[in-house]
Amino acid sequence: MKLLIKNGLVVDPANKIEDKLDVLVNNGKIEKVGKNISDKGAKVIDAKGCLVIPGMIDMHVHFREPGFEYKETIASGARAAAKGGFTTVCCMPNTNPPIDNQALVDFILFKSKEAGLIDVLPIGTITKGRAGEELSAIGELVTAGAVAISDDGSPVMNAEILRRALEYCKIFNIPVIEHCEDKNLSGEGQMNEGFYATKLGLKGIPKAAEETMVARDIIIAGEMNARIHIAHVSTAGSCELIRQGKKNGVMVTAETAPHYFALDDSALEGYDTNFKMSPPLRSKEDIKAIKKAIKEGVIDVIATDHAPHAELDKNIEFNPAAFGIIGLETAFSIMVEELIASKAVPLSTAIAAVTINPAKILRLNKGTLTEGVDADITIANMDKTVKITEEFFASKSTNSPFIGRTMTGTIEYTIKNGRIVYENK
Amino acid sequence: MAFKHLIALEHVSKEDMVSVLELAKTFKELILRPVKKVPTLKGKTVVNFFFEPSTRTKTSFEIAAKRLSADVLNLAVSTSAVVKGETLLDTINTIEAMQIDMVVIRHGTSGVPEYLAKRIKSSVINAGDGMHEHPTQGLLDMFTMIEKKGKLDGKIVCIAGDVAHSRVARSNIWGLKKMGAKIRVVGPPTLIPKDIDKLGVEVFYDLKAALKDVDIINILRIQLERQKKNLFPTTREYAAFYGINTEKLKYATPDVLVMHPGPMNRGLEISPNVADGPHSVINEQVTNGVAVRMAVLYLMGGGKKDEIIN
Repeated sequence: MKLLIKNGLVVDPANKIEDKLDVLVNNGKIEKVGKNISDKGAKVIDAKGCLVIPGMIDMHVHFREPGFEYKETIASGARAAAKGGFTTVCCMPNTNPPIDNQALVDFILFKSKEAGLIDVLPIGTITKGRAGEELSAIGELVTAGAVAISDDGSPVMNAEILRRALEYCKIFNIPVIEHCEDKNLSGEGQMNEGFYATKLGLKGIPKAAEETMVARDIIIAGEMNARIHIAHVSTAGSCELIRQGKKNGVMVTAETAPHYFALDDSALEGYDTNFKMSPPLRSKEDIKAIKKAIKEGVIDVIATDHAPHAELDKNIEFNPAAFGIIGLETAFSIMVEELIASKAVPLSTAIAAVTINPAKILRLNKGTLTEGVDADITIANMDKTVKITEEFFASKSTNSPFIGRTMTGTIEYTIKNGRIVYENK
Repeated sequence: MAFKHLIALEHVSKEDMVSVLELAKTFKELILRPVKKVPTLKGKTVVNFFFEPSTRTKTSFEIAAKRLSADVLNLAVSTSAVVKGETLLDTINTIEAMQIDMVVIRHGTSGVPEYLAKRIKSSVINAGDGMHEHPTQGLLDMFTMIEKKGKLDGKIVCIAGDVAHSRVARSNIWGLKKMGAKIRVVGPPTLIPKDIDKLGVEVFYDLKAALKDVDIINILRIQLERQKKNLFPTTREYAAFYGINTEKLKYATPDVLVMHPGPMNRGLEISPNVADGPHSVINEQVTNGVAVRMAVLYLMGGGKKDEIIN
């Protein structure tokens, strides 16, 4: 089957393309990208006024299966991803049981195939049971199909264990993805430490809880000449440490999440638990620094940290409420509003952060519209608005801080291997 | 003026605070009479929901409601369904289905009164939430200060001790600021929360400097478990640096007022001879607490200021 996408603004950062072009898809692959393509047998999508980009990649989601299927399943998460314009996502292993063996990697891949919408790629744990004590069988995880390892949700507090994980992963050339949080410093903290935490009487999480771990990890990775990927960067200080690390030649890459450049800790007034996440929302100055870091390529990737939680976990008192928010279906709108429309970040840089950059870090042959690659394509509108309601979400959970807002930027089509898996009707 | 909820002094206007304080004066006269009861809240039901141990605040609310002839139900956490795994909201909804009018709530998590106020029909009175606010304590402290000092405008009030964990401190700060007082906080840096100066208070770590020219000292209770979290090394050292005794009281104005929300740790944050001394109004705070809570319940029960008793 052939698909011809006409008249769109094609942005393919890997190939340095940003132009009004047509894209022809044949047999699930990109056949041609060029001007005025015509093909009689192809189904035509008119992408006039739309952006045509490589299928977006989210390297940090929580699909909760196995163990917490009441929050999300791989199938429901895949639907949310497709709706959000993502054709590939990587799911974190903090499930129950955690993904620390090859049988569970197989399970994720099986469930992904069964859902049949997008690629859900597993990330294995760094340590057995995510307990931070003994290395997982990393080789077996990778052989089964894990694309990275992480104990996300928790840091590897023991620096020696992190060191060994970093060294050992050189065999496989996969990134170790670290959740940077010194648990002693974050303690029982509920939100960013500062004026609003003081005012609201909520225990604070200092920026140092993140930054000391970012610094530690970069130093160890530098000395071991190994790869480290810093998850969900939330502070200006972390950006600065990563900038320095890169300058010094350390193999450090980093991601941030859309909420860290859209919201600050003043949003916690009112105690809405949909603004509670880890790391917490920080200050306006941090937002500015994060946007700058994306623009300069210090932060390579935008990943949603899609963290579904049910009513039971969220509609309760603030302290026991779960950390985390969903993000797959609002990510593109936030990027449009905060980065692209406001010109804080050039269009191709923003798109690279959800396409070619995560693909490179994970060594996936994805994230481009190069002729011959899998036809994973996202078609989006940067002017159309959408009202965010609970009914809007395909995710099983609706723990979004953006409910009630009208947002600019919509996903019109998500195409996976040449097949339309989402269409905005 | 009538309140629907009383959650935080941050959100109460100066005018409304003045109304409560004026009304409380009338109620104080009433409770000093031999017959202390009026029929204003007859037929109304007030539920005291205390998720943290409390003697004085719970008793104070109970007596205030009873003197207004309301029916009062006391629910402590150990007897409530919360321990059976029910959510807080379900528990409150169950009680509310029995047709109550007001919920007085104390809870260890900041924000719980606001959370409930957004979700139930009854009036919610915050009797202390986590480290956030304790608005009736703020009001009764101000009532006592005005009673003794005439007015608050221009007075210097020093809040001493564990400001970080104190809901009393926050309600004092919001209330006193609106009434025109100058506010200082003093304590070890580990117990002074970040950016509190942005609330319009002056921060001190040195007690002597903090007490200079002070008209009123409000001494906060220091909880012993803070020492286990390394917020100060020993209680002995805390008492030496920040405990208020007669010697340190001399740093302040000669007629300084000494207050404490209770319960006191005698010998730690306050020495016995200060607690029982001529500057102390600690017991009067308790009496005033009943009058202030009567005023709050009265106004929230729909009573008008002018149709008061007599």
